[in-house]
Amino acid sequence: MSVNAISEQTPMIEVNNVWKQYDDNVVLEGLNVTVNEGEFVTLVGTSGCGKSTFLNMLLGTVQPSKGEILLNGQTIPSEPGPDRGIVFQQYSVFPHMTVLENVMATKGFQRKGMSGYLFGQNRSQARKDAQQILDQVGLNHALNKYPHELSGGMKQRLAIAQALLGRPRILLLDEPFGALDPGIRADMHELVLNLWKELKLTVFMVTHDLKEGFYLGTRLWVFDKLRHDPQAPHLYGAGITYDLPVGKMDQSIYQQIDDNLRPLPEHVA
Amino acid sequence: MKKLINQKPNKTLKLFLVLLPFVLLIILYMASSEARLEINPNDKLLPSFSQIADGITRMAFEPSKRSGEYLFWQDTASSLSRLGMGVLIAAVLGLIVGMVTGALPLFSAWMSPLLTVISLIPPLAVLPVLFIVFGLGELSKVVLIAIGITPFIARDIQRRTQEIPAEQIVKAQTLGANTSQIMIRVLLPQVMPKLIDAVRLSLGAGWLFLIAAEAVASTDGLGYRIFLVRRYMAMDVILPYVAWITFLAFFIDVALRQLNQKLFPWHAQGGKS
Repeated sequence: MSVNAISEQTPMIEVNNVWKQYDDNVVLEGLNVTVNEGEFVTLVGTSGCGKSTFLNMLLGTVQPSKGEILLNGQTIPSEPGPDRGIVFQQYSVFPHMTVLENVMATKGFQRKGMSGYLFGQNRSQARKDAQQILDQVGLNHALNKYPHELSGGMKQRLAIAQALLGRPRILLLDEPFGALDPGIRADMHELVLNLWKELKLTVFMVTHDLKEGFYLGTRLWVFDKLRHDPQAPHLYGAGITYDLPVGKMDQSIYQQIDDNLRPLPEHVA
Repeated sequence: MKKLINQKPNKTLKLFLVLLPFVLLIILYMASSEARLEINPNDKLLPSFSQIADGITRMAFEPSKRSGEYLFWQDTASSLSRLGMGVLIAAVLGLIVGMVTGALPLFSAWMSPLLTVISLIPPLAVLPVLFIVFGLGELSKVVLIAIGITPFIARDIQRRTQEIPAEQIVKAQTLGANTSQIMIRVLLPQVMPKLIDAVRLSLGAGWLFLIAAEAVASTDGLGYRIFLVRRYMAMDVILPYVAWITFLAFFIDVALRQLNQKLFPWHAQGGKS
């Protein structure tokens, strides 16, 4: 809790002693953190260290084995919902809809109804909103293309636009740029940072790339095992070994943390 | 010389290779037919092409002496309407059952094992039951086709529904979608082209059940006619009927494939998100 002493506001997310295990295999152990509204948290760590598991708990597709996660003081819903948007590394958009339809679908899903199709005035309003957000992410030239005609970066822009039109308060990003070229990745970083500031989102981003973790966001979590038993490595789960405020720090501290963590990328798979 | 596995025919050679077996078969038939007719001009087993043409004219272009109808066309219409009805019912049922079991674990739990057992019942073995329950009219034939291919379509659609990445279903929920919206807006459109493919694959079995049902109890239809004229060894009618059924099957298959490409361009181009 002391990490967030800087701000007086009540935390948006409270993680209380969360464990996750599959049979004997402990993935996460004893997680205790709080996150305030508007933070941009990046989660790094080795493969299989539980960072994606934690993200899925926030998403609602995975439930903790022990402990609880509170969202605004309430237990976080155990299924995905419109308050938490998600962008996956792939399969995030609907292949049978054009770019415009993909984004308009968000508006259709928000109206209560059987089919999620829009008609008449709702439809033209949704089209307007969709075009506006596609403008914002730079996809206005590809409105009538199908996802398979888009490049990897454009697909992720589309996935982000789709998620944001749902006006989520939390945006979850599961290695969203892992498959992209470095140049395009930089563009995407800028896009995400701009949207985060503009829409005052709370963002959780899982990444393999430690640099990305440092460059983006206000807070960096490193997931790793706290204890090691060489005979039975599955008996101990991972926890958050570093919880660092980043972004606003000056260059020397940045360098110091960077040096501290330097060995990490070598055992990243 | 390249290895055999790397050798591909060019365009001309390919066309030649496509036509070659058909031409050889026709030549073989003509030669055999001629040889037999030379020995016995009244031989019925391998009629000449002119005899077959006579047979076709008699069935298709001259009204029947008994009923005044053009039998060939009437048979075609009856058979196609039975097949169409049966396949349509099977497609609708298969789509609903397949999607429900593929998308909703609570329904899959009791429907999937049931479906597996039902799909193992040989449809022809229950044909007598259908005749007893539904009578000898159109209904029992349509039901046989529907019963015969619904389990196949349902299981195929179930698998196709499960193949759709879970990420899409999670994503739709984070956009606010409820269960029926996900099924109608996300799953159904992606399963539709697979449904047409499943129908194409099941049409062979559909024809089988149609002809079997017509052979056993009917008053018209392509299968009925073939089995009727068998009594007179009328190969000059049987052979063109078989060729016509083959052509219809081929034509329906091509038409469905083109319909698929037209209706679902994203699928034809390999859209996988």
